[in-house]
Amino acid sequence: MATLVVLLVFALFIVAILTGGYNKQMISRFRSHWLWEWLTTVDHKKIGILYAIGGGFFFIFGGIEALLMRIQLFFPDNQFIVGRDFNELLSMHGTTMIFFVAMPLLFALMNVAVPLQIGARDVAFPFLNALGFWLFLAGGLLMNLGWLFGGAPDSGWTNYVPIALNQYSPGSGIDYYVLGLQIAGFGTTMGGLNFLATIINMRAPGMGFLRMPLFTWTSFVASALILFGFPPLTAGLFLVMFDRLFGAQFFEVALGGNPVIWQHLFWIFGHPEVYIVVLPAFGVMSDVISNFARKRLFGYTSMVFATLLIGFLGFMVWAHHMFTVGMGPMVNSIFAIATMAIAVPTGIKVFNWMFTMWGGKITYSTAMLYAVGFIPTFVLGGVTGIMLALPPADFQYHDSYFVVAHFHYVLIGGTVFGILSGLYYWWPKMFGYKLNETLGKWNFWVFFIGFHLTFLIQHFIGLFGMPRRYFTYQEEDGITLFNQISTVGAVMMGVGALLFVANIVVSYRNRTSLVAGNDPWDGRTLEWAISSPPPVFNFAQLPQVRSLDCWWHEKMEGNKEMEPAEPLDHIHMPNDTPLPIIMSLGFFISGLGLVFRAFEVGVLGLVVVVVTMFVRSFKPDHGYHIEVEEIKATKKGA
Amino acid sequence: MSRGKPIGRLFLFFAMFALLLTGCEKPLSNVLDPQGKIGKEQLELINLSVYIMIFVCVIVFAIFFYVLLRFRRKPGDNAIPKQVEGSLMLETLWIVIPIILLVILAIPTVMTTFSQAKEAPKTASEDFIRVKATGHQFWWEFEYPDYKIRTSQELHIPVGKKVYVEVTSDDVVHAFWVPGLAGKVDASPGRINRIPIDADKPGIYKGRCAELCGASHALMNFQVVAEKPSEFEKWAKKRQKPKSEPQTVEAKDGKKVFAQNCMSCHAIDGTKLKMKGDKAPNLTGFAKRNKIGGLLDNNEKNLDRWLKNPEKVKPGTYMPGFSHLNKKDLSSLKTYLKSLK
Repeated sequence: MATLVVLLVFALFIVAILTGGYNKQMISRFRSHWLWEWLTTVDHKKIGILYAIGGGFFFIFGGIEALLMRIQLFFPDNQFIVGRDFNELLSMHGTTMIFFVAMPLLFALMNVAVPLQIGARDVAFPFLNALGFWLFLAGGLLMNLGWLFGGAPDSGWTNYVPIALNQYSPGSGIDYYVLGLQIAGFGTTMGGLNFLATIINMRAPGMGFLRMPLFTWTSFVASALILFGFPPLTAGLFLVMFDRLFGAQFFEVALGGNPVIWQHLFWIFGHPEVYIVVLPAFGVMSDVISNFARKRLFGYTSMVFATLLIGFLGFMVWAHHMFTVGMGPMVNSIFAIATMAIAVPTGIKVFNWMFTMWGGKITYSTAMLYAVGFIPTFVLGGVTGIMLALPPADFQYHDSYFVVAHFHYVLIGGTVFGILSGLYYWWPKMFGYKLNETLGKWNFWVFFIGFHLTFLIQHFIGLFGMPRRYFTYQEEDGITLFNQISTVGAVMMGVGALLFVANIVVSYRNRTSLVAGNDPWDGRTLEWAISSPPPVFNFAQLPQVRSLDCWWHEKMEGNKEMEPAEPLDHIHMPNDTPLPIIMSLGFFISGLGLVFRAFEVGVLGLVVVVVTMFVRSFKPDHGYHIEVEEIKATKKGA
Repeated sequence: MSRGKPIGRLFLFFAMFALLLTGCEKPLSNVLDPQGKIGKEQLELINLSVYIMIFVCVIVFAIFFYVLLRFRRKPGDNAIPKQVEGSLMLETLWIVIPIILLVILAIPTVMTTFSQAKEAPKTASEDFIRVKATGHQFWWEFEYPDYKIRTSQELHIPVGKKVYVEVTSDDVVHAFWVPGLAGKVDASPGRINRIPIDADKPGIYKGRCAELCGASHALMNFQVVAEKPSEFEKWAKKRQKPKSEPQTVEAKDGKKVFAQNCMSCHAIDGTKLKMKGDKAPNLTGFAKRNKIGGLLDNNEKNLDRWLKNPEKVKPGTYMPGFSHLNKKDLSSLKTYLKSLK
């Protein structure tokens, strides 16, 4: 605790020195700084970029953790990182990649694209949007602090009890997990709620539900999954938190507790989570494939209903992660059949993508390469998914490297390829310039080949009897070479990821030669009808939507822009506000206090939260108006 | 660029096949080559699903690569392709065919799920044996209720007989898995899960813990020793009347050292020690075991290594090191342990 206070005082000193101390000008000096604008913004486009930076930042951590694990597994009986340290790596790799990489990067794309695709000026609750981002960041930073103070979580991303309880994991690692995830989870739930409200209420005139682009549709369904999927996790985390912090006995077998309850709560959240991260990626693929094949999406309506069906069935299958728990043949059979059923809507999607390209004119840009590379990869991940759904066969696969291979095929082949495709696709919309295509293709091929090199072989490592989460294996197991190939592939993926970073740097330097107009890809959906990057109010006049792929439709009729649905009038905008970041800081302090069992600090943090909530609720904040002259000036400038 | 893709994939598959032929000299725990009836039933299901999935993959990949190559946009081609809405016929086709394939898969799945879940008959008989397996951080305890034997790390089973294993845990969640024989089941505290295994061929099969259970999760191995029924009975008899009393002077000293240092956690049957510790593996018949700690080959050097610094071998183990014992005590302790048959 003393260390914390010292650090806090030290930080305040630094701030004081850098700002020249507190005086009347300090606030105004703060406010005119460019950073202030980013810290207080409620603009969905800026929050999207913040999410992308946050997700990218944690991606570095998750990637390094993965590489360290693969290095340890290069030789049998290697002593590089063993025991608890390795368990910390695997736990943090999983947790980071799911909660602090996949989710924020998808939220980045959703923030950038969804309001533009439905013709809205912002999301429904801009304040909530900013709060969601800062809570995610607070949670992610809190959890990663474990590396510095007291040890990182070491019970896997699934955090099964009793191994996650004080008796078996006495350090503060699991406390970081529980509190970090809880805080980030609040943010995610708000984000999901926000997008639901946005998509239901803020569609432009004429944008019926069955005219929404597929990315908006999948974001919509994913948001609904967030809304219903996160509460079980929240409840489960509270149980673990009370067991660890306050001596409750929810999971103590000797006192009648039941550890299996946690597994159920976790997977009731955990399985929909898989669809939360993969559905928006499906949406990106649908938009990108349709765009670069220059064809409307084949079977649009069936795509929409397949998405809804996947979302619905996603809640019915959680126990297939628990076939070996011993629930009996009846329960196992029911969940097996439900799981197989998901293959049908997923199959519909795959065939629809291929028949969208059938008869089209395909341009292989980097975004399209990722979308195209996604199809076979995801199909492989999908067929192993069906194989895993058969309980007696799953008894052999379960918790082996076969499972590791399977979910990396769907999570990297699905989610990560989708995110990268989306970033290449919407980068010009976000920043006004394209990413370099040559480097982009290098990026794709190195990453793609590295990926298959890493994970294809892991199916066999699992079938030759290596369970997951093993820090070592023996020479006699005969899987040395397989593991070495996998490690080489992982290094290649690392190089591929670096190429993406290099591409960002190179493209930024050459941004003048890569300038993209409003519509660099000959797009089909509404976001390509406005300037890149769009003005703060997105649409000077809300557009009148007349069909699916409305922007393509207007272009085919020879129109240069969307027909406005309203006269030019002043636009009401929300004010920037520092309250979200202060509120998140309160949660962060509270979480840190609870981790160190400094309950006073924990309460102090919550007081900060309540005070900010009070200010938010009772201080009127009516926003401001952008006048017609200003809109006209922006229009001319762009 | 697109032309490199199928070639790249083909190369990958060939590389993989080459590896399959050369890389797997002696996988002692191969799911694809199980040595028991139950494992073989599971493999049949795996094979059926693999065939169906290969069928699916071939169709998808064929269409996929055809589309990729056939419908490239040539430079300067600005024609707008026909905007197709969909096709009821095609879409029905790829709803109905997958459903048929899934039904083909689901029927044997449900049948096997139920048939393999049959529990052990209540009365003992010649056709099967019962074993209770308990997971501990980081070792396995095996009890034969019908034989009144308690042992650890090595599970002896008779070839050709069904072995009903009751799996549970003493601390955290583990999972009991013998990949070369059959699938796994969780060992949860406060629950008893039942799983049948069997072996057709005598041999030593590697057992694993498959659920993350702590620092040495990766080292919580055990061995299944499958023997002919007659040999199994011989082993069981010997284990019921073990030779645990020291025969030499040095071994007698060793037993004293054991009583002073090890007895509170480890038990040895067939001796008159004051207590039988149950916190750590039962060491009866230690000299006959293949492995020390389920992991190291059972020889003098490894025994020395293990006794002096077990933490180095199995991180997080509860066993303390005994490097503080003087040379004489240590060597007599080892002599005593090596005399346990």
